[in-house]
Amino acid sequence: MTAPPRTVTRAEVEDLLFHEAELLDEWDLDTWLTLYTEDSHYVVPATDTPDGNPATDLVLIDDDRLRMRLRVERLNSRKAHREYPHSRLRHLVSNVRVREPEGDEIPVRANFVVWRARNGKDVTFVGSYEYRLVHRDGELRIRGKRVMLDMTSLRPANDVAIIL
Amino acid sequence: MTLLNDPPDSLITGTGSRLVAEEPERFRVHRDAMTSPDILTDEQRKIFDHNWLYVGHESEVAEPGDYVRRKVGGRPLFMVRGAKSKQINVFHNSCTHRGAVVCRQDQGNAKVFQCFYHAWTFDSEGKLSGVPDRDAYGGTLDWDALRLKQVARVESYRGFVFCCYDPDVVGLEEYLAGAKDYLDLILDAAPTDMEIVRGTNEYGMDANWKLLVENSIDGYHAVSTHDTYFKYLVALGTDLSVGVKGTAHDLGNGHAVLEYEAPWGRPVAKWEPLFGEDAKPSVEGLRNSLVERFGEERAHRMADLNRNMLIYPNLVVNDIMALTVRTFMPTAPNRMEISAWEMAPREEQPDVRQRRLDSFLTFLGPGGFATPDDIEALESCQQGFSSGGVEWNDISRGMTREPEANDEAQMRAFWRRWREDMNRDDLGAMR
Repeated sequence: MTAPPRTVTRAEVEDLLFHEAELLDEWDLDTWLTLYTEDSHYVVPATDTPDGNPATDLVLIDDDRLRMRLRVERLNSRKAHREYPHSRLRHLVSNVRVREPEGDEIPVRANFVVWRARNGKDVTFVGSYEYRLVHRDGELRIRGKRVMLDMTSLRPANDVAIIL
Repeated sequence: MTLLNDPPDSLITGTGSRLVAEEPERFRVHRDAMTSPDILTDEQRKIFDHNWLYVGHESEVAEPGDYVRRKVGGRPLFMVRGAKSKQINVFHNSCTHRGAVVCRQDQGNAKVFQCFYHAWTFDSEGKLSGVPDRDAYGGTLDWDALRLKQVARVESYRGFVFCCYDPDVVGLEEYLAGAKDYLDLILDAAPTDMEIVRGTNEYGMDANWKLLVENSIDGYHAVSTHDTYFKYLVALGTDLSVGVKGTAHDLGNGHAVLEYEAPWGRPVAKWEPLFGEDAKPSVEGLRNSLVERFGEERAHRMADLNRNMLIYPNLVVNDIMALTVRTFMPTAPNRMEISAWEMAPREEQPDVRQRRLDSFLTFLGPGGFATPDDIEALESCQQGFSSGGVEWNDISRGMTREPEANDEAQMRAFWRRWREDMNRDDLGAMR
């Protein structure tokens, strides 16, 4: 079942990451989920422990695919008060580096800035992404996304109710 | 300070009594308490300079020389375990020479703390151990008086380290009053000592700090504010028909607790479908051992009941679907900074620890399915206050019955102590 690793170009990887950024900015979260494999994970470590391991350490977000879906259901609802109405978001993704494949996974590093504007307040999230990409049915998909925030605390942004 | 239009009793002159109005069936708090810069200045002096404040947990500085930096009552301090005494020291983080901070990292282990400005060096007991060109000073200078300054009072209770800037404050155990028994209950439920889990939630809110006091011990908002969290539980198989049932207790000195049944699971020893079948035997094992150690009744309280506890003025120990230690400080009338940690038994079984971590971040974390909506609610209140017109908040719920878990008796316990502190004109600012 596991396809042998295939080399990808940075342009192919960027197409995927820019597509993801666009879907998040447009709040098309149902489509966003389809970019992820069924065994995917989305993790945001705490600001004081960027190396945090969700199995042993307290992190900000530790979603498996099921919890990603439930997060999307929540954010699509009018009862997610922090995000109803939704923030205006702008995900900028840059400095994309494609690493050597590891097994069937292609590790990717990238930097990001996410602006969130809502209710008269603008906040900025800055940091780096660690992706693990795989090929599924001929398409490049995301199996893992780890978001390391550079801010020394979450305080300037208050919370992280959005998807980074 | 702005005086109010309709003080409930024209004879009342204390700052606290002007802002907290209690009648037989009505309890009100004036919104100036949440918006006035003068009140915040008063709170700093009368509340944060004279009450015991949480610094950290002993497990965070387990080894000699281990230290953590903390802001306590708005002041930068650091807590270090002394290399010689093995005791916990809490120092003002300022060089006794010309003032620079001497502990410049959030955590670590150090033999000495050297001020980089002129290289004055202090050991982990605070002693001034190094001064470049000491010969430049007269022979009678009292070097021992130039040791790092300990906070006036430092005491700990079962691993929780507190400090107070007022040397004349009552002892910590007397201060904790009824909260002590609840801390005992929570801590005794662990098969081992408790520790703080690695990783801190350091977040913020554009709201007055007392709104988080209320929110942390508020059962009434759960169903309306946290609809999406309950939907999340249902999606994972939780039966919500249990509802939220319980009581509130005034624990003295402004401390208060809610104790109640709720639908969610508890890693202490209450299994729920979202923990997964695999975790069932470990959770049931924990429960059996509680019954063996404490008998059926106390084991039931430990395993099944939830506790939201406020330790006045700004420490919350919530023993709910996970155990959180949360403290917060105002930086402006409409702004606070929150630090929250997760507490867990040392050497916890990995599957139970995983459930505990999951429970924490999905409900209590600022990236979870509930806390962001609390932030929205409190910020929304703060914004509403600025609309004017309405001067008072109503905190009367349940005044005429035995307090239930979704009443507001626990908030009234906080506000009565706040009123008492704010009425005191004999309390000066502590240096």
